Amino acid sequence: MFPRPVQSMSPAARTMYQVALPVMLILWLLPLLGVAATSVRPSSDLAQGNYFGMPSRLAFENYLDVFRNSPMGSYLWNSLRTTIPVMIGAVALSCLTGFALAVYRFRFSMLVFFMFVAGNFVPFQILMVPVRDLTVSLGLYNTITGLALFHIAFQTGFCTLFMRNFIKALPRELIEAARVEGVTEWQIFWHIVLPLVRPAIAALSVLVFTFIWNDYFWAMVLTQGAGTQPVTAGLNSLNGQWIAAWHLVSAGSILAAMPPVLMFFLMQRHFIAGLTLGAVK
Amino acid sequence: MTALPHDPAPPRARRTRKTLTPWLFLAPGMAMFLIYVLIPIVQSVWVSFHDWDGLGQMRWIGLANYSELWWDDAFYTSLKNNVIWLVLYMLAVPAGLMIALFLNQTVRGIRIYKSLFFFPFVISQVVVGLIFSWFYAPGFGLLYAMIEWLTGRGVAILAEEDYVTYGIIAAGLWPQIAYCMILYLTGLNAVAPDQIEAARLDGAKGWRMLWHVVLPQLRPATFIAVVMTVIGALRSFDLVSIMTSGGPFGSSRVLSYYMYEQALSEYGYRMGYGAAIAVVLFGIMMIFISGFIWKMWRDEKGL
Repeated sequence: MFPRPVQSMSPAARTMYQVALPVMLILWLLPLLGVAATSVRPSSDLAQGNYFGMPSRLAFENYLDVFRNSPMGSYLWNSLRTTIPVMIGAVALSCLTGFALAVYRFRFSMLVFFMFVAGNFVPFQILMVPVRDLTVSLGLYNTITGLALFHIAFQTGFCTLFMRNFIKALPRELIEAARVEGVTEWQIFWHIVLPLVRPAIAALSVLVFTFIWNDYFWAMVLTQGAGTQPVTAGLNSLNGQWIAAWHLVSAGSILAAMPPVLMFFLMQRHFIAGLTLGAVK
Repeated sequence: MTALPHDPAPPRARRTRKTLTPWLFLAPGMAMFLIYVLIPIVQSVWVSFHDWDGLGQMRWIGLANYSELWWDDAFYTSLKNNVIWLVLYMLAVPAGLMIALFLNQTVRGIRIYKSLFFFPFVISQVVVGLIFSWFYAPGFGLLYAMIEWLTGRGVAILAEEDYVTYGIIAAGLWPQIAYCMILYLTGLNAVAPDQIEAARLDGAKGWRMLWHVVLPQLRPATFIAVVMTVIGALRSFDLVSIMTSGGPFGSSRVLSYYMYEQALSEYGYRMGYGAAIAVVLFGIMMIFISGFIWKMWRDEKGL
């Protein structure tokens, strides 16, 4: 193990480590803690210049005010309506493509694979004008469907890379044996491979959820107004309206950050497995 | 029922079906990817040779957009900022490694510490941007107050042309360091303990151990950390848009934001000019993407 375990160090060093951990953590999360504190600060505190002291009381009504005075509820709902279908769509498509690229040897398979990988890294701006144009001409501009369709297509790139590598690592004998038995290719996919890739499906679902929930650029390009905008874009427009209402902006930020954070804590193992794919050889 | 060990179809049909099968599995995903990702890249290049407001007729103007870029000061400001982003963003890699080394212990509660340190990465960049704007806010922001207390004069980071880009990059580093940290923590888990022990017996420790024994084993993690950091730096858009909208006076623009501004904002709908900026950004990124693909290609062939 590197570095040397603290248990093998002197008692003084061990105590120092135990003290340093929470101190470092608080410093690291200081901006976030500040926002969390502000989100429950009564507006009277801000008016009196009490920005960093203890809140004079815990004003949980800030969270209610966000819903009462802004379309926050609608923004959150739009995010959910976009994110869930994208999660299902991108994972489903990439199970198919990942299976094809991992199990078969065929001409151009590498080319197709690298096309997915490369496409995944391009800057969004090179897609912006044509995708917006396409969405407008399909009559899907400013609809959840239009936004979700693009996200499904784009996420398929990353998900294919992930699925393909995962399926490739499965023992090939399983598939060969099934073929000898005369099982059809579709049945191999459905009854043999899919059940085995459940961990990969879980990992991809959390990652896609987080990516889409946190997307801001496409929300700005393909939607406008509280009827369709997800919470990231909504938060930006609220920030413009509530110039000095930091307690409300903070409460809104915490609300927007909550779902991916919960998702991460519930599915931590899968989440990290997905992100660090390839970091260990 | 008797299982048929051999396919009853004639050999020719069987072969056709065999070549067709992978493409059937690929079809839906590939179609979506072609329509929304690959074809738009080509279309953007095409649009960049035109004068177009997004609605009316496209007018062919050849390389005029590109020659206008050549004389555009705002373009060079954006390009310069992209280079600053690229260089400073790289700090996320060693910083992530440092935190990973700090947390790579087995004491009580360490798993919770690891997840809490990872927190900034899970949060939307919009929220990160708002958090840091508040941190920098003139008058009451924590950093502003601290600088005022130290020097007697507060500095409104986001309103000063000289500091603004650095202020935004600092906000971007926060989640990026968390990401590099998690890559390294996973990598450290896989470092061979017997090699470490052997090196220890040879008297290696501290920096020498890190440099000669541990880092070589962390190469896959470092590679991914560097690739993702480069791409993150070049893609940076959200923070610039949230924290400053490119201001003050365009001094915090980056190419991705300048493109958006030209093509889709109150400054006008210059789709062709925007597309030309996007093509330049795409060209820069392709250098890195091709390098990445090339390495993957070699690894695949090695399998």
